[in-house]
Amino acid sequence: MAVFTLMVAVPLVYAGYLSFYRKQLIGGVSFVGLENYIRALSDPSFLGGVGRMALFLIIQVPIMLGLSLLFALALDSGMLRLQRIIRLGVFLPYAIPSVVATLMWGYLYGKDFGPFAQLAKVLGLPTPDFLAGGNVLFSIMNIVTWGFVGYNMIVMYAALRSIPSELYEAARVDGAGEWRIAWSIKVPAIKGALLLTTIFSVIGSFQLFNEPNLLRVIAPVAIGQDYTPNMYAYQLSFVNQDDNYAAAIAFLLGIVIMAVSYAVQLGARRKDAA
Amino acid sequence: MTVSVAEQATQRRTEAPPRRRKRAPKSTLLTVVMLLCLVYFLLPIFWLVVSSTKSNADLFTSFGLWFSHFSLIQNLHDVFTFQNGVFGHWILNSLFYAITSGFGASALATAAGYAFAKYKFPGGTAMFAIVLGAVMIPMTALAIPTYLLFAGAGLTNTPWAVILPSLVSPFGVYLMRVYAAEAVPDSLIEAARVDGASEMRIFFQIVSRLLVPGSITVLLFTLVATWNNYFLPLIMLNSPELFPLPVGLAQWQAASAAGSGSQALFSTVITGSLVSVLPLMIAFLFLQRYWQSGLGAGAVKA
Repeated sequence: MAVFTLMVAVPLVYAGYLSFYRKQLIGGVSFVGLENYIRALSDPSFLGGVGRMALFLIIQVPIMLGLSLLFALALDSGMLRLQRIIRLGVFLPYAIPSVVATLMWGYLYGKDFGPFAQLAKVLGLPTPDFLAGGNVLFSIMNIVTWGFVGYNMIVMYAALRSIPSELYEAARVDGAGEWRIAWSIKVPAIKGALLLTTIFSVIGSFQLFNEPNLLRVIAPVAIGQDYTPNMYAYQLSFVNQDDNYAAAIAFLLGIVIMAVSYAVQLGARRKDAA
Repeated sequence: MTVSVAEQATQRRTEAPPRRRKRAPKSTLLTVVMLLCLVYFLLPIFWLVVSSTKSNADLFTSFGLWFSHFSLIQNLHDVFTFQNGVFGHWILNSLFYAITSGFGASALATAAGYAFAKYKFPGGTAMFAIVLGAVMIPMTALAIPTYLLFAGAGLTNTPWAVILPSLVSPFGVYLMRVYAAEAVPDSLIEAARVDGASEMRIFFQIVSRLLVPGSITVLLFTLVATWNNYFLPLIMLNSPELFPLPVGLAQWQAASAAGSGSQALFSTVITGSLVSVLPLMIAFLFLQRYWQSGLGAGAVKA
């Protein structure tokens, strides 16, 4: 508990404390109240980053979790040959650090020497530019999806496994097909797992840092230093040395994440009641 | 003895009830569709393996998804000798950080989870609510204030800066509380107390063994998280000889993409990536039973 306090509570309180102050070139540190927060709420860099992550969340998370659910259901149906190999293959990307994953996809995306570009050239098609301004967010979505479908699939698959099989017997006797069983019994039964994976995905999306930060090296025009809120906070703290404002940004980001997570939970509960 | 308990617990969860497996007819169509999806997941890994056998020049002149002249040995030699063999340091650092954080976090989460599940103490409910809230706090948001605190204490750029924050696993505590509530019967604790065992002795000699499967879950979680962590070591460490693999590789990658120093590093970065990916992949292959039940444990009981 002491370690927990030291590593979570103390930094949190310290961040809160920092966020109410401002360091000035002349006059040193002074208490400024909520000024940092007011500044953040009208800062296009911060708001742009949060907006980008919201877009990311709305598009990427449903695709990723939908795929995970489909794969988990396919595995659970017992209708697959080569089950073990498929399960392991889909999961394997989770074992790859996001740094290496980004590096690999960065090469694959490459406009001049990437295999997709090479193929396009052979076929006489226009070269796709995965790292251009409008495309790069989707390219990042692809990297994250690639990495985490397997993880979410395993979580859902494990939940599916714990459903007592008597339920299926009963449904079959009543004349339900496999699809009907999947949709009306299996999916509602693993609601807990679905909620858990959704909330973790929400937290993960808003915290995005590794992938865009590494792609920035090869696509500096498309990805600014403030591309995600986390990158912005990092830049503020370690490049601009503005720790106070960075603390306020980090705090606000935490609040956004908690608010969205609670909204997801509330939404799930309301659906339950209906 | 403890191992066999863990094995039984995991086997029970990963193996399907035999009845269900027998009933389902195999579908070739579904299998083919899934195999096509598998291509997507394995393609980048295949590319990594192929590319690590190529020389720097071949990387850009040959087709990306097939072999060319075989220079893997030369690449490996380059990886381990570049910058006085700093890559070897990175591997050892990664192992050290991951193992100490993994075991530490697992032990702490086990003790805390058990305490929350079985003891009533003032503020217990409130404290657990805070732990649950902490699951939602973005760890990267904590990283910057933690950095500033560590800088004040002179701990930055030491291994402690990476290990200490990784010891805390709110999700692990949550998981262990749920696990302990189910796996440790109250009557067992009562019986031990009647026999005159101290609370410490009850925990270390009885309870900790019952909690092994859950502890392994948290261990695996933290191991993977620390091994793959990039942000925390990135901000905490300055000296290349302290870097874990991801930070080191990212730096090499940045250097090669920037093209500064006129060193063609691409093949070294790629081969280094392959080397850094292998340990975890091999571990996952061998520990299949554990990670599958482990990753699922949170979901089944949540």
